[in-house]
Amino acid sequence: MTETTIRGGNGFLRSLPGRIFQGWMLASAALVLLFIGIPMASTLTGPTWEVFIDTLGDPEVLASVWLSMSTSAAAAGIAFVFGTPLAYLLARNDFPGKKIVESLVDLPIMIPHPVVGIALLGLTSPNTAFGGLLKSMGVEIMGSTTGIVAVLVFVGIPFYVNAAKSGIESIPRRLENVSRSLGAGAAATFFRITLPLCWRYMLVGMIMCMARALSEFGAIIIVAYHPMVAPVLMYERFTAYGLKYSQPVAVILILVSMLFFLLLRSLSLPKGKSS
Amino acid sequence: MIRLTDLTINLPGFTLDRVSLHIRPGEFFALMGSTGSGKTLVLETVAGLTRLNGGSVVIDGRDVTSLPPEERKVSLVYQDHALFPHLTVLQNVMYGQRYHGIKRDDGKREARALLDTLGLLKLENRRPDNLSGGEKQRTALARALACRPDVVLLDEPLSSLDPQFRGELRRTLKNVHETTRTTFLMVTHDFADAMILAERGAVIKDGRLHQQDTVANIFRRPATPFTAAFVGMTNVFPAHYAKGCCTFAGHAFEGLPELPARTAGFAALRPEDAFVGSVEDFPRDWHILRGTVERLEREGFTWTAVIRCGDQTMTALVDRHMVLSRGLDSGSPVTVGFAGEHLHHMPNNG
Repeated sequence: MTETTIRGGNGFLRSLPGRIFQGWMLASAALVLLFIGIPMASTLTGPTWEVFIDTLGDPEVLASVWLSMSTSAAAAGIAFVFGTPLAYLLARNDFPGKKIVESLVDLPIMIPHPVVGIALLGLTSPNTAFGGLLKSMGVEIMGSTTGIVAVLVFVGIPFYVNAAKSGIESIPRRLENVSRSLGAGAAATFFRITLPLCWRYMLVGMIMCMARALSEFGAIIIVAYHPMVAPVLMYERFTAYGLKYSQPVAVILILVSMLFFLLLRSLSLPKGKSS
Repeated sequence: MIRLTDLTINLPGFTLDRVSLHIRPGEFFALMGSTGSGKTLVLETVAGLTRLNGGSVVIDGRDVTSLPPEERKVSLVYQDHALFPHLTVLQNVMYGQRYHGIKRDDGKREARALLDTLGLLKLENRRPDNLSGGEKQRTALARALACRPDVVLLDEPLSSLDPQFRGELRRTLKNVHETTRTTFLMVTHDFADAMILAERGAVIKDGRLHQQDTVANIFRRPATPFTAAFVGMTNVFPAHYAKGCCTFAGHAFEGLPELPARTAGFAALRPEDAFVGSVEDFPRDWHILRGTVERLEREGFTWTAVIRCGDQTMTALVDRHMVLSRGLDSGSPVTVGFAGEHLHHMPNNG
């Protein structure tokens, strides 16, 4: 009896580090979820039902949410078209200075957002050669939807390129080699082998790019305060009328974004898997 | 016909050093070597997947050195099959046909005939994930053959298979080659595969070709100590030759046949040609080495004895009678006998 008790005591002591570790894991996970969830819940439950319905019928709000979604989607589309070749080159080639190129791709993630706006404005100012060229082509950056899309591509494209690069790296090079040896050229191999095998990574990259674009504020207010995207409208209503009038816009944006991203996420999962 | 001339590739830490090979039309040729010898690099060079620093690749009289892979009419089969996971077996096999001017209906008929020959027809709608190792490798072979290539390149086609599938695929490869008479270039680290499948072959080590000959000749008369060890002639001794006498492992032997004219080189003997026993057990014209057993290693129903003779060690096969009845053990003094014609002589290089 005594021996069993001692053995039981030792067993508890032996399992103690494991229990502490598991407890720490669960507590940390709960803390992070609460940290994200509580402000979200508080925002979502903030506005009264009447104010929320009123806001839903406000054309200015609907236009800003639509502008946010459409410009972010456009940025993700542009990232797909122009970022995929870059992702492929980085995934499939080693060359001197590759680390520098990869750092350059990541740079928009790190630099402060207003700096992005200032840099784009500086580059596209009509006084510069590039700005002059854009003006002669009738392309307006300052205060235009084009300007908003340019900002969103700038801040979102690193997320797309990195996700697509991971996807391409996950495909064994030998599949492409075999395809080439069977007579398919580089382009045919890309479209028949590489793309079908890594489109999910690319879709996830586009989702991340779009999510990043939707949340952008700092660079947009420098380049294009008008037309107003949802974050700018929220900011304006907050400064002009206070929290009560900015919250419903936030709720609409959160709900639309959540629905949209859930849909895209479910598309990006392999068959038979659920999120 | 494939003619590779002075293939040179400089990579960080590895150089393919002026490799030249001549592979006859319709031949099954084996390029042999251990891991890291450069054999897969040679294969990928023929396929056009690696950039050359020097040399040329000619296939059926066509210089393809600067052509991209898709214009070379060679099909590649990798060790890990490299089947396209998003396509069915039939779609995999038909993948390359459109690039070789094969019409869809003809291609499908040919692909299904190939699958039938290789015993895969029932699996034509399966995805590669649901195939066994042998089925995957046969699908990869069917895919390579379906676009009627001039050359099929096989990268260690048997090494990832279980023993039961290995024998089966060996027979399949042999049958397919005999039926199609397409030129096959296979790289392998296993000499047994080459012995069974190939007519001629070459041995490569550290990016340098050691020997190119019929597989039978490489087996019987390896040109370098490395090739000797590769083909199982694992007892390789530095040897001296003078006045009709050959000296190695602390013993001098007279009356050996085919002694070389040089003064130094290597003498090699297969473990299965070295017998442990008493002098009276051996024929009178055999040659004798004396030594001490360092250790015995059991290999199934037989033993291998590692025997120290002078400053060298050699291995010899030992039957169970020697171990169980005569009490052979580590430290036992032994006599090793061999027939002179089994001793092979090589020059002092490689």
